[in-house]
Amino acid sequence: MFVPETVGKIGIECTVNGKLCRLQAYPMARLLDVLREELHLTGTKEGCGEGECGACAVLMSGAVVNSCLIPAIEADGEEIRTIEGIASGAQLHAVQEAFLECGGAQCGICTPGMVIAAVALIERLPHPGDAEIREGLAGNLCRCTGYQKIFAAVVRACEPAGTNSQERR
Amino acid sequence: MRAYIPGYDLRVPGSLTEALGLLAREPGIWQPFAGGTDLMVLLEAGKLSHKRFLSLSKLADLRGIEVTSDSVILGALTTYTEIQRSSVLQSQFPLLCAAASETGSIATQNRGTLGGNIVNASPAADTPPALLVYDAEIKLISERGVHWLPYHGFHTGYKKMHLAPDELLGAIRLPRRAKPWRQYYRKVGTRKAQAISKVCFAGAAQMEAGTIGDIRIALGSVAPIVLRAGKTENVLRGAKLGPGIIARAKETLSREISPIDDIRSTAHYRTRVTQNLLEEFLSQLGR
Repeated sequence: MFVPETVGKIGIECTVNGKLCRLQAYPMARLLDVLREELHLTGTKEGCGEGECGACAVLMSGAVVNSCLIPAIEADGEEIRTIEGIASGAQLHAVQEAFLECGGAQCGICTPGMVIAAVALIERLPHPGDAEIREGLAGNLCRCTGYQKIFAAVVRACEPAGTNSQERR
Repeated sequence: MRAYIPGYDLRVPGSLTEALGLLAREPGIWQPFAGGTDLMVLLEAGKLSHKRFLSLSKLADLRGIEVTSDSVILGALTTYTEIQRSSVLQSQFPLLCAAASETGSIATQNRGTLGGNIVNASPAADTPPALLVYDAEIKLISERGVHWLPYHGFHTGYKKMHLAPDELLGAIRLPRRAKPWRQYYRKVGTRKAQAISKVCFAGAAQMEAGTIGDIRIALGSVAPIVLRAGKTENVLRGAKLGPGIIARAKETLSREISPIDDIRSTAHYRTRVTQNLLEEFLSQLGR
């Protein structure tokens, strides 16, 4: 009988969306799978699984990363924010509101990653220029929208409340 | 097919001493794991044949950018994002910043490291041409000691390099040049973001009244290793710029590279583009 050589699961402690989580995972398990299967945070999507599409983007210590490329053990001691942690309770984040207003989502698979990338951009640059927005979203692929409505949503999210970007665009 | 995840080990030593001890006791068993942006792609594809990895993530000794009077020393774990945000690199080593900004996406740049880009040893890596142009030196560390060597010559063949199984790449040193050099970097890929290079070109030259005093040219994706184009440099060094010398340099460069047909491009296209990039670089020097 063939018995493959295996390693055991290890204890990992990290903060996910503000809550301390203790869990067991194989060291090389992908953070993406740990989030979805162990923590049942299924908002984070798997697209390509090879770091090309951005669907699995999360924030790790404030920086956007592709969770399909992060081994679980590397999340130990880190602070992670997923799409589930972007809204404050029932109050959507300005980026989420803008995606709704501008029609920035169609099938929805890329949307969590797009929102994470946009939030990371705006947290670093509250008033990004058009080129900075395009660059900030360049690691996220969308096969539905043609990107213009996503771009418009990020522009909208950066505007002061009460202004109307629809006339400008 | 996806890899069998329980079959892979990833240890996280808390100190450099611990990491080097593990590498010395079991050389070849443990492979360093830095940002993981290449290794995790292989894992998902079921193509990661090595099974035991040593995470460098807790090794503070391998982080940080140190600026001295005559050089800039980057810890091997310096990320592409950190490179782009360094003011001294922006002003004196802009080709490295350009290369970092064109490697993968922002998410990749937040994780991927300069040391990983070197040791992963892809001939299509984007930062190594810039490092060659800047005469970079690299620091190898093991329990046996520390030694510095020129980065030029480190790679000996496709995915082969002068790195012993008990050694870690610790840092990369860029000497600061006293006189200003004219610099050029251009990556040609299928799209602007994310693409892996078809051809990547870095060049720098020190000009003296229309004559090339000194010059460096390096290329990615046109040979089994990232290539320093020494023969082409020799044609150009000391030459006065003009159509004749540019034609000769292009001819020499086309014989110096050895591009292949692969999933991203063809040898023919790569040769033509390489020559065009050289011409663009040299034309800009003339202005």
